[in-house]
Amino acid sequence: MTAADTHRAIDAVWRIESAKLIAALTRIVRDVGVAEDLAHDALVAALEQWPESGIPRNPGAWLMGTAKHRAIDHLRRNALLERKHEELGREIDGRREMDIEAALDNPIEDDLLRLIFIACHPILSTEGRVALTLRLLGGLTTDEIARAFLVPESTVAQRIVRAKRTLSDARVPFEVPRGADLAARLSTVLEVLYLIFNEGHSATAGEDWVRPALCEDALRLGRILTGLAPEEAEVHGLVALMEMQASRLRARTRPSGEPIPLFEQDRGRWDHLLIRRGLAALARAEALSDAMGPYTLQAAIAACHARAGSAEQTDWPRIIALYEALAAITPSPIIELNRAVAVGMAFGPQRGLEIADAVAAQPALQSYHLLPAVRADFLSKLGRLDEARAELERAATLTRNAPERALLLLRAQKL
Amino acid sequence: MRFMVIVKGDKNSEAGVMPTEEILREMGNYNEQLVKAGVMLAGEGLHPTSKGFKVRFDGDKKTIIDGPFTEAKEIVGGFWIWQVKSREEAIEWIRRSPFREGEVEIRQVFEDDDFGAEFTPELREQERRIREEAAARAK
Repeated sequence: MTAADTHRAIDAVWRIESAKLIAALTRIVRDVGVAEDLAHDALVAALEQWPESGIPRNPGAWLMGTAKHRAIDHLRRNALLERKHEELGREIDGRREMDIEAALDNPIEDDLLRLIFIACHPILSTEGRVALTLRLLGGLTTDEIARAFLVPESTVAQRIVRAKRTLSDARVPFEVPRGADLAARLSTVLEVLYLIFNEGHSATAGEDWVRPALCEDALRLGRILTGLAPEEAEVHGLVALMEMQASRLRARTRPSGEPIPLFEQDRGRWDHLLIRRGLAALARAEALSDAMGPYTLQAAIAACHARAGSAEQTDWPRIIALYEALAAITPSPIIELNRAVAVGMAFGPQRGLEIADAVAAQPALQSYHLLPAVRADFLSKLGRLDEARAELERAATLTRNAPERALLLLRAQKL
Repeated sequence: MRFMVIVKGDKNSEAGVMPTEEILREMGNYNEQLVKAGVMLAGEGLHPTSKGFKVRFDGDKKTIIDGPFTEAKEIVGGFWIWQVKSREEAIEWIRRSPFREGEVEIRQVFEDDDFGAEFTPELREQERRIREEAAARAK
């Protein structure tokens, strides 16, 4: 094995082990930033030693053992400082040692779950949550995160530093929230994962319409979360939604990069392995809860498309009912707009247009490019071509995504 | 990227001998690790080749050949589909498998980008035309 091979192998080990390492260390030192530094120290030790000694049989245990020694050194140093101030002496040292032993016996799944809740803590900015989650749980480097979100590396580094400092200053406990708190905190976690997925699924800005690597990262984190919180219906619901949306990724763009709308996609190119996984996850979500949550409802809508052989064969009345259920939990003009599309498919463009017009005045939709795009579709089906063209042109000025803008202008031209 | 991990069969799997409880437990733990890490997309074990068959094509002629197959390298005992970030990650995962003998073959699954430079704009255009024609015919 050459040195370069060993380095790539160490990268792979890091990707597999880093989250577990950081989670266990956070439990010991009670600070995510310190835990990550200690984990990195262990990684550096591996980079120094493994090219000489070869990769150990159990690389995870090696890293954990190395990091544990460093964690104990770290606590001893801190305890020494504390002792000077408080003269509590051996008592602290003894208690800490016991904590460490207990921490190392604790199932790693519990620590990983706590780490996810910390990385997605509501005290952090959304950008901070996203960066910290990808970094601590996904094992991505700062540079990888920066490239995925098309921002400078220094910006991401700064977000991560700030997020860690915020957590440390607020002394956010390393725990899984309980009771009523759990539902709200879990929904923040799911929101972060879905945000990462969506950034990959329909990039908000830039030249590429999809960045599949981000979708894969979000999906992997979601799949991990289903193992950590198997009783939570909405976790399975979100994974079902992401699996089914990801199943359409390769059918969503032409080779030249332009997006292909759902109705025009070649359904034979959908990824049936992911569809099957999505339907199975949806079934688990439905079995776990009587009332479908927002992600499960959206997954159920995606499942209607996944099961249909074509746009015409789609169960539009069921989709309308699911959108109505979704609007009842999380009222939003965007859901109404989606419902308008489904109603248009089921009962004709005039009925769809009426619903779209009813929400058109909503402030939230004023700069949302899909409102004029959807209206244009109804208008063109109704033969009102001049109005349709104007709406498409308006939609083109509103989107920030270059391939999508090109597609909208092309549609306007073709009318 | 995705990899197909092809586990070769052996005399025991061909004879329909069930693995020992210890091996089953180890494999169970290993599968659980793969699932928990979000790596395993699918995985199945296959019946012995005596229950399988081959179809040989020769022009219009199709011949069905019943198992068992005797060439050891033709015998597939089972497979996984893994989603990983790199070839090295696939290697690292297979290193952790409980296998102590035999052979495992690991193949990358084709995805669009893999056509790379060979997939010229002309080929892409041709593919686009074929798809459009197919779509038009389906209507």
